[in-house]
Amino acid sequence: MGKKTTLAGTFLTVAALTVTGCGGGGAASGETAEAPGDPAAASGTITVLTQRTDLVQSGAMDAYAAEFNKIYPKVKVEFEGLTDYEGEVKIRMNTEDYGDVLMIPASVSKNDYPKFFSPLGAADAMAKKYRFSDKTAVDGKVYGLAQFGTANGFVYNKALWRKAGVTEWPATPQEFLAGLEKVKAKTGAVPYYTNFKDGWPLVQWTANIGSVTCDNYATNKLAGAVSPWKEGGELRTVDTLLHDIVKGGLSEKDPSTTNWEASKAKIAKGEIGSMMLGSWSITQMRDAAEKAGADPADIGFMPFPAKDGSGKYCATLVSDYQQAVNAHSAHKEAARAWIDWFTEKSGYSAKEGAVPTIKSAPMPDTLQDFVDNDVTFVERSERDTGAVNDIDNAAEIGLNKQDYRQKLIDIARGAEKGSVEEYFAQLDKRWNEAAEASGS
Amino acid sequence: MTETTETAGVTEHRAAPSRRRTPGTGGGAGTGPRHHGPRGRLLRRATPWLFLVAPLVLLVTFTYVPVGNMIYYSFTDWDGVSPDRNFTGVDNYVQIFTRPEIFRVFFVSFYYLAASVAQIVIALYFATVLSFDLRFRNLFKGILFFPYLINGVAIGFVFLYFFQDGGTLDSVLSWFGVENDHAWLGDPASANTSLAGVSVWRYTGLNFVLFLGAIQSVPGELYEAAQLDGATRWQQFRYIIAPSIRPVIGLSAILAISGSLSVFEIPYIMTTGATGTSTFVIQTVKFAFQFNKTGLASAAAVVLLLIILLVTWIQRRLVPDEKADLV
Repeated sequence: MGKKTTLAGTFLTVAALTVTGCGGGGAASGETAEAPGDPAAASGTITVLTQRTDLVQSGAMDAYAAEFNKIYPKVKVEFEGLTDYEGEVKIRMNTEDYGDVLMIPASVSKNDYPKFFSPLGAADAMAKKYRFSDKTAVDGKVYGLAQFGTANGFVYNKALWRKAGVTEWPATPQEFLAGLEKVKAKTGAVPYYTNFKDGWPLVQWTANIGSVTCDNYATNKLAGAVSPWKEGGELRTVDTLLHDIVKGGLSEKDPSTTNWEASKAKIAKGEIGSMMLGSWSITQMRDAAEKAGADPADIGFMPFPAKDGSGKYCATLVSDYQQAVNAHSAHKEAARAWIDWFTEKSGYSAKEGAVPTIKSAPMPDTLQDFVDNDVTFVERSERDTGAVNDIDNAAEIGLNKQDYRQKLIDIARGAEKGSVEEYFAQLDKRWNEAAEASGS
Repeated sequence: MTETTETAGVTEHRAAPSRRRTPGTGGGAGTGPRHHGPRGRLLRRATPWLFLVAPLVLLVTFTYVPVGNMIYYSFTDWDGVSPDRNFTGVDNYVQIFTRPEIFRVFFVSFYYLAASVAQIVIALYFATVLSFDLRFRNLFKGILFFPYLINGVAIGFVFLYFFQDGGTLDSVLSWFGVENDHAWLGDPASANTSLAGVSVWRYTGLNFVLFLGAIQSVPGELYEAAQLDGATRWQQFRYIIAPSIRPVIGLSAILAISGSLSVFEIPYIMTTGATGTSTFVIQTVKFAFQFNKTGLASAAAVVLLLIILLVTWIQRRLVPDEKADLV
């Protein structure tokens, strides 16, 4: 008897807690987070969630806050650095306590932005002043401002490529492969490093959607049953190049134990020829070069080997994390003031060598080669990213995840059965089926 | 590939009832309370429960509520963040059972299952040898148990260096003149074997300690008598040790099977499931955190739980938990 009641009691408690447990995330007000008219009027303590634990620890973030306080004396800015940013914020967003200012986690679907964040302004007006604003635009309102953006391309060791006799940027994937061959033959270095084990650098290849055809609407065009890997499709061009590099033995011998941190010094010292990365990596590679006693000027950046109709290279600009205001924040004015100041006046993006969010600001020094060589910067429209991501998740492909490219590499080096054509066909099929199921 | 917490849990539950005593009936005279008013009786009745409040609250909060939530999520299409979730009925379960690629990863478990057989044999061998009087006995015990004390994440990283191109394994092999050009984690067969090997390295110590404890509970006279009768070491093992530790071997087998089905950290840290090393749990984690399909992932977790319960049940039916009877 006693046993039975306890059991029933346990289940009742479980049931009760289960039901109450799902109440999280109350209704948020849709009021716009306006910056205060008078800086002295804004007050309160705001918490900024950031993934840059290194900058929080080194005190660099506090230095920014001190600068900020010169204009907004009554706002106290506190930082919370989260090592596993995506994972932790995702869980905290089930409550109302996720800071005042935060980076929008990738796992939040675009259509849910109005439930979590305060709008920052009308999309049309924001688009005139800021890059990447349509990435967070829902129903004509923008919900997040990018911290900065990056251009996409190959980081390479200039000295090494010169030694191999390649001085011109390759103009086609074939020329790029030929260049890698020369690097391998003449210098003995690893021509291309996949970073297969760490995986996330493989995601960078996706950022080239738009670089190949110089199309601002390239990603929007993926929304639907469009077979992205069909002949002539951008993803096919991009993934075929990666496949051919690996198949041709132009990448490291054992991809399963690559090491990202070590790769920085290796490219600086000329043991690695190139890596597909964003322009944000240039400063890191140059730092690594200095530490390794190599010449930082040897670190170069080249665009994806493809030219548009007028014979120019294109490089997509993609946004980094976007800062947003928590819809439940008690100090929205102060929070907005911080976002505006951090994006426009802090000098953060210049320091990181990144593409500024403000359209009028100049390109960073790291991209000097691109500016000098008239590379067209493709400011990719992210209007339909929400729909594209929905299809991507439903298909379980993961354009911005490492798995499908790891499998591509495995196919290329013969560790996995099947041909690359079969694999592309299979990806197309999954993509199209998911797109049709979601009714877009 | 087994977990101590589970072992501890099992023994705890079993031991509890025998130790529990009804208050009032036990205890010597004079230790109980003097007056027996209605308040006193109520208090006495409540006493065991008062002691149980803390563990029960912890148990419910951290075990039953999450499991309840998980079961609830498994019937929804929740993405893990959104405040909205739709009830989709058994849709997730239908998906799991109609998509062959989800179950295909269970083949990877066979590598670990094979490894756990090796693991039990090795552990049994060393436990038997070290239960006899031997020089440096305690040192060897320490060495064997040591890997189990290291954090699994650290082990993953250490073995990543061990298996890398020109890493520890390759250099050790080259001392013996074996020039190896094989990427250990580079193709599915050797990658899974390598990972299973790491798992053996890590968990042998646990099995070893369990077996050693059981063997040492065997009365010493039995060995003496056996020796007088001229029994060899093998005969001693076969007719004294093995039968007396049967329950522990049975328990190890259950833990090995459930462990093999739910391998996670070693392959996740070392290969993140690339090159055909993905396991069911890795796949579940990917559903939840890569593709934002928390509902589907919860359903997968429930299915795994049921499979393990089923396997355990079958095993208990086939090998009932008999009391070891020596004399």
